[in-house]
Amino acid sequence: MKHTDERSRPAPALPTREPVRLVDRHGRRVGHSSFTAPDPARLVELHRAMLIGRRFNQQAGTLARQGRLAVYPSSTGQEAAQVGGVLALSDQDWLFPTYRDSVALVAHGVDPVRTLTLFRGDWHCGYDPHRYRCAPQCTPLATNASHAVGLTYAARRKGRDVAALAMMGDGATSEGDAHEAYNFAAVWNTPVVFLVQNNHWAISVPLRQQTAAPTLAHKAVGYGMKGYHVDGNDAAAVYAVVSHALAEARAGGGPAIVEAVTYRVDPHTNADAPQRYRDPAEVEHWKERDPLIRSERLIREECLLGDTEETERALAAFGAEADGIADTVRERLAGQDELDPRSLFTDVYAAVPPLLEQEREALADELREV
Amino acid sequence: MAAAPTPGVSMGEALNRALHDAIEHDPDVLVYGEDVGPLGGVFRVTDGLIGAFGQERVFDSPLAESGIVGTAIGMAMYGLRPVVELQFDAFAYPAFEQVVSHLAKMRNRTRGAVSLPVVLRVPYGGGIGGVEHHSDSSEAYYAHTPGLRVVTPGTPADAYSMLREAVECDDPVVFLEPKRRYWSRQEVDLPVRTEPMATPVVRRPGTDATLVTYGPMVETALEAAETAAAEGRSLEVVDLRQLAPLDDGVVTASVRRTGRAVVVHEASVFGGYGAELAARIGERCFHYLEAPVLRVGGLDIPYPPPKLEHHYLPDASRVLAAVDRLQWESAWVEDGEGGRIRP
Ligand SMILES: Cc1ncc(C[n+]2csc(CCOP(=O)(O)OP(=O)(O)O)c2C)c(N)n1
Repeated sequence: MKHTDERSRPAPALPTREPVRLVDRHGRRVGHSSFTAPDPARLVELHRAMLIGRRFNQQAGTLARQGRLAVYPSSTGQEAAQVGGVLALSDQDWLFPTYRDSVALVAHGVDPVRTLTLFRGDWHCGYDPHRYRCAPQCTPLATNASHAVGLTYAARRKGRDVAALAMMGDGATSEGDAHEAYNFAAVWNTPVVFLVQNNHWAISVPLRQQTAAPTLAHKAVGYGMKGYHVDGNDAAAVYAVVSHALAEARAGGGPAIVEAVTYRVDPHTNADAPQRYRDPAEVEHWKERDPLIRSERLIREECLLGDTEETERALAAFGAEADGIADTVRERLAGQDELDPRSLFTDVYAAVPPLLEQEREALADELREV
Repeated sequence: MAAAPTPGVSMGEALNRALHDAIEHDPDVLVYGEDVGPLGGVFRVTDGLIGAFGQERVFDSPLAESGIVGTAIGMAMYGLRPVVELQFDAFAYPAFEQVVSHLAKMRNRTRGAVSLPVVLRVPYGGGIGGVEHHSDSSEAYYAHTPGLRVVTPGTPADAYSMLREAVECDDPVVFLEPKRRYWSRQEVDLPVRTEPMATPVVRRPGTDATLVTYGPMVETALEAAETAAAEGRSLEVVDLRQLAPLDDGVVTASVRRTGRAVVVHEASVFGGYGAELAARIGERCFHYLEAPVLRVGGLDIPYPPPKLEHHYLPDASRVLAAVDRLQWESAWVEDGEGGRIRP
C-alpha cells in the first residue's frame, strides 16, 4: 500500500448542520441535492430488517427481565441507524459492532441466538467472526475502531476489496481510541466508515456534556475525512449515505464518519434508571419519530408492496417472520446448554501451557469432589 | 582512529537480523511503529529494513500507541503477522487497554476462532542513562495478563531465535528487549535457533544455590556466579526467557538440587514478577529449601534519574550480598538417630 502525502487530497466540505433526510417522519419523501433514496425493493428490505430488529429487541428485553439474559442493551428506536448501515455493506465487507448493535448483527446475517451469547453469559462471543465477517461485539468504548482500520489495511494488502463499518456511540467519540482510529484510517486511507449512532445519551450523560463540536460529523474535518450528518431514524437516508461513503472509501476517496442522529428510547440496559436523568417528554418526542412508523407509512403511501390488500398481507408476513425469529430465540435460549468447564482452559493460548494444564486438573478434582 | 571491529554479534544486531529474516521468510510479516522506517528505530533495531524491503513491509505509523496495537489486532484478524515497536516501556502504556482487553483475549473471546499472531517489541528497563519514562521494567503488568506470552531474551543468540519464534507464534507475544543489553556481544553465527522460548535454560550449572533471572539480569547473574566461583561458591543460573505462561519445571528441578534460591530482576521488588517466582518455589520446593527464597531487584521507588540509577539497579554485588544471606549455616542438626531435625 502506498503511503503518499494524503494532504494533497482536497479539504472535505463541512458536514451540514441539517441532517440528511430522504423520508420525513410522516413517511413522505424529501428531496436532497446529493443523495437519493434506494430503490423500492431496498426500502422494503430495510423495513423488514427493522421489524425483525424491533421484535428481537423486545424479545431480548423480556428475556433479560426474566433473568435468562444477564443484561441487554436495547436498541429500540435505533433500528434505522443499525439496519441502514449494515445493509449498505457488500458481501466481503466486515462489521465491527458494539454491545448496542445486536440488531445490526442480525441484519448482517449472524445467527440471532448467537448474537445473544455475550448477554446470556455463556461466552464472550457466540459466533465465528471469520464466518460472519463480524468482529466480536465490543464492550470497551471505541476500541473496535482501530481493529477495523487494521483489518481493511490487511485486506487491501492482500488485494481484496474489503471495506468495514465500525460502529460506536456518541459517548465513545470522546475516547482517545476514537481519535487514534480516525487518524490512522485517514492517514492510511483505509476503507472504513465510522458509523456514530448519536442516541443522545451515554448512559446518563447527554451529548452536550460530551462534546463541544457542532455535530459529531464535524470531527471528521480535522482528520482530513468526510463527515456526514444523517437523520438516523430515516433508514433510507442512513442507507444512502453509508453506501455512498463506503463506495467512496473503496474507490480510494478515504474513510468517513457518518453521524446518525437517533434516540435510545429504552434504558441504557435493563439495569439502568433513566428517570434519574431524562425527561419522559423527550422520549415521547422521539417516539413520534420512530423509524418503523416512518418506513411503514412510506410503504403504504407509495404502495411499495402493492395495493392495500397486498400491502397488508406482506406486512403481516414480515411481522410473522419477525415473531418466528423471536420465538426461535426464546425457545433456543430456554434450553440450558451444559457448558464444559474444561473449555475454560482451551482457548487462552494456541496450545494449553503446563500452568493451565495443572489448573485444569485441579478444577477436575474439585468437580469430582462435589 | 578506526576502532578495531568488536567480535561477535550484539543483541541489537541479532534482533535486526531476526526481523530481516522474518520479513524475508513470510510475506505476511510486516514491521511498523514510530520511527522504525528511515531512522531504523531509536535504537536502530529496524536499521536498513525499509531499504531492503520497502515501505510495503516496513513503515512509520502515526504516533499513537493504542492505534498501533489496535490496527495490528485488525491486521492479524485478516491474516497478517504484524511486528510493532512500542518505542519505550513507559510509552507503551497508552496501548495497555488494547493489549489487555483485546490482544490478550481475542482467542478466548472467540472460542479459538480468531488468533492474533502479533509481536509487540518493547525496549524495556534502565541502565542507559535515560530520563524519566524511559527505563521502566513493565513485565509484571503484562505477565499478569492471561493470553499474552511475555518473553525477554538475555543473550544475542536468544534474541535472534526468540524473535523469530515470536513472529511464528500464533499467540500474541510481548517481546521485551532489555535495552541496556542491545550492545552486549556474543560469538554466534546467525541464523541460529536456540531452545524453544517457553523453556527456561540453565545458563550456568552450579550446586550451592540457584539464581533465577531473565532479560537484563542474565548478564548480571552470570557475573555474580563468576565472582562466587572464585570465592568457592557454585551458583546455578537459570534464565527464564518466557515469563508467561511460565514453565517452572526447570526452576523447580534446579532449586531442589541446590536447596537455595535467589530471584534476580531489575524491576521493583514489591508485587513484582519475583514475588510470583518466590511463591512458586516456596510451594514446590519447600522441603528442599535450606533458606528462605530471597529476591533481589530494583528499589521500590519510581525509576530514578540517570545520576542516581546505579543505586536503583541491582548489580552483581547486590546479588552476592543476597547469596551471603542464604543461611549457609545449616538449620538442620543430627538427631542422633541417623536423621535430621530443626532444633
Ligand atoms: C472504555 C470504557 N469506559 C467506560 C465504559 C462503561 N460504559 C458502558 S456504555 C457507556 C456509555 C456509552 O455511551 P455511547 O458511546 O453514547 O453508546 P450507547 O451506550 O449510547 O450506545 C459507558 C460509559 C466502557 N464500556 N468502556
